[in-house]
Amino acid sequence: MDSVLSIRDLAISLPPGADRDYAVQNIEFDLTPGEILCVVGESGSGKSMTANALMGLLPDLVHVTRGEAFFEGRDVLALPDAERRKLRGDRIGMIFQEPMSALNPLMRIGDQIAETYEAHGRYTPSERRERALDLIREVGLPEPEKIIRAYPFQLSGGQRQRAMIAMALAMDPAVLIADEPTTALDVTTQAQILDLIKSLQERHGMAVMFITHDFGVVAEIADQVIVMRYGEIVEQGGAAQVLENPQHDYTKALLAAVPSDVVPSGQETSEQHVLEVRDLRKTYKTRGGLFKATREVRAIDGVSFTVGKGEVLGIVGESGSGKSTVGRSIVRLVEADSGQILLDGEDMNALSTEELRSARRRVQMIFQDPYASLNPRKKILSAISEGPITMGTPVAEAHARARDLLETVGLDASAADRYPHEFSGGQRQRIGIARALAMDPDLIIADEAVSALDVSIQAQVLELLRDLQQRLHLSLLFITHDLRVAAQLCDRIAVMQHGKLVEIGSVAEVFLSPKQDYTRNLLAAVPGTEWGGAA
Amino acid sequence: MKDFFKRFSRNRGALIGLFILVVVILVAVFAPLLYPDSPWKMVQRPFLAPFSVDGFPLGTDTLGRDVAAGLAHGARVSLIVGLVSTLVALLIGVPLGALAGFYGGLVDDGAMRFTEFFQTIPNFALAIVLVAIMEPTLPTITLAIAIVSWPPVARLVRAEVLSLRRREFVDAARLAGLSNMRILFGHILPNAMSPIIVMASLMVATAILLESSLSFLGLGDPNIMSWGYMIGAARTVIRNAWWLSFIPGVAILMTVLALNLIGEGLNDALNPRLARKGR
Repeated sequence: MDSVLSIRDLAISLPPGADRDYAVQNIEFDLTPGEILCVVGESGSGKSMTANALMGLLPDLVHVTRGEAFFEGRDVLALPDAERRKLRGDRIGMIFQEPMSALNPLMRIGDQIAETYEAHGRYTPSERRERALDLIREVGLPEPEKIIRAYPFQLSGGQRQRAMIAMALAMDPAVLIADEPTTALDVTTQAQILDLIKSLQERHGMAVMFITHDFGVVAEIADQVIVMRYGEIVEQGGAAQVLENPQHDYTKALLAAVPSDVVPSGQETSEQHVLEVRDLRKTYKTRGGLFKATREVRAIDGVSFTVGKGEVLGIVGESGSGKSTVGRSIVRLVEADSGQILLDGEDMNALSTEELRSARRRVQMIFQDPYASLNPRKKILSAISEGPITMGTPVAEAHARARDLLETVGLDASAADRYPHEFSGGQRQRIGIARALAMDPDLIIADEAVSALDVSIQAQVLELLRDLQQRLHLSLLFITHDLRVAAQLCDRIAVMQHGKLVEIGSVAEVFLSPKQDYTRNLLAAVPGTEWGGAA
Repeated sequence: MKDFFKRFSRNRGALIGLFILVVVILVAVFAPLLYPDSPWKMVQRPFLAPFSVDGFPLGTDTLGRDVAAGLAHGARVSLIVGLVSTLVALLIGVPLGALAGFYGGLVDDGAMRFTEFFQTIPNFALAIVLVAIMEPTLPTITLAIAIVSWPPVARLVRAEVLSLRRREFVDAARLAGLSNMRILFGHILPNAMSPIIVMASLMVATAILLESSLSFLGLGDPNIMSWGYMIGAARTVIRNAWWLSFIPGVAILMTVLALNLIGEGLNDALNPRLARKGR
């Protein structure tokens, strides 16, 4: 079939001083009607830039320097702005990653959809409303009559993404560009949105350019795949071919880094408990205003579990399940309402502020965001040694140990004298691990510690955690939304939903013979389940 | 640090501002050497126009005092009042805002109501009242200006602290067992420095204007020559000797403009992500 969009020799320059001259170069590909093209790559590979160039959404100082993009016989990149604007939203639709920020918070959903028609001067206002209702129905939003009058904040993340898709579909575009549309969503919602995009694409015969970093998603929906690195295409081909028989080393490395579904047999859990949590509860109350009722959210609703010495317990759940709140209330960054947190028999929850400060040492945390978890104005040395020094370790000793630890986590000891901004995300996460180890804790809580990392870096950090765990016999509480990652590292897994612990058991039990429906749904929703990861 | 100067010097206005300010500072520093006599001393016939008599490039005022000497000595007063009052305002505003933002709840409510109390009274009116109650001397004027100019600092610092205290590195510091004070002053405030510095540079300009306005109204220290006093004293003769008001007026304008340009340059240099488009 003829291609609807063909890109030839595209190059986009970056402003001087960036780490490379080109955001992308030598980009060539064709989009065929009725096909989904997945563009895969790690952050900074230039995959979003390509889409933005097509839509004319490049940031200031970034320009297309070379190349053509033929869409319906015309070079989109050479069109004047006014012509381009007519194309946008009409012949080419786009969905963004974060539906909350892509929707105008002060505008009703129906109006936002109708606005697309208005921008292109189609239909009368009442027809627009009818069409908007049809679209809302088509993307499977419940109660269209209500949704059309709703504001974005009244919808859930998945519903917002559906509304975004409805907007993109409004003018029945020939090409739909989806930039990481499911990255911000939970697995079960992600699965639904992927289904929706696939079925809409089939019904409308659109060409879809789907940008993602997740090979699971690729396996789920792609017909064609492009793998990008450093702004260049390294591999291109049919989905089956790229996934099963990758040619380029980089693709192989990426695929190998995808956590596989092969469940390692967890270690036998020791009888000795390092942590015991009993009936933990935490309720968030939002104060009601004059006309608003007080709202209560049960973040943790009677959770009990234990972590053995040298064991890795994973807590998995979707966003809002309360898994992070559990982690944070164990270290008392969040004050639980009731319940006991017993560390070797001592109740953390009952300590006074002063006692707590010295007890802090015993539980340390590795945080999610490697960019926010290090103070940008402090050198690495002081970030790692500050805790031990506060606890009374002599300064020289703490400094020496900080340098040792940097080597333990696979960095150079000289890293100690540098500032956080000089390190990449993966390296910062290693520093975070070193900081946690510096306190010699009884238990380390890793809160989504690898979620913000690219898949190849994620694999390295997981490898490091596993290695350290075995070598130092660490006890680890590993909180994640990613079941595959949990399977790689954990001995036992606890599944949380709506603040309750719905299932807990060894990795093999939970993954291979889940007892609860919720766990089964969660497992089924993981993208690329049938593909099964890189075999 | 090198980056900082590079970004700062990319803003040409800021360099011009810096140049003007350096000239004003040099004049202020060397005023006693350039004009060893008191600026109040009558040295020539009154109402000499600029450049009409050698040795008096800016002429003489209504009482035959050297305008150039007044300008040089006035620069000292303006700069001292501007800098010291800003420092005092920071000493009040930063800790108050930091505590309010860090502890939240009742502390925040208390501190912010206190701040609002000062914000509801017009700045200048409050400054006049304060100077009128206290004896008008250099320290009291400085103090009065500081007292009316700290509330915006407190609000700025509070907002910065509010957003910084939710960052993960603050959680990490807490887990390291650091005390609240060390987290606040060692981890949070250093990260809030950039906007505080930018604001301080603009506050110096405002303080100079306030001081000039006070002495224009005759509420300045009667023993100290200042730009505002010079304008105020010459206002009655503005129709036959306009330069007597004009010259110190230009001095105020240039100094305040220089400080504003510097503030803008500092903003570009310290908050590179907020730097305006197309630069």
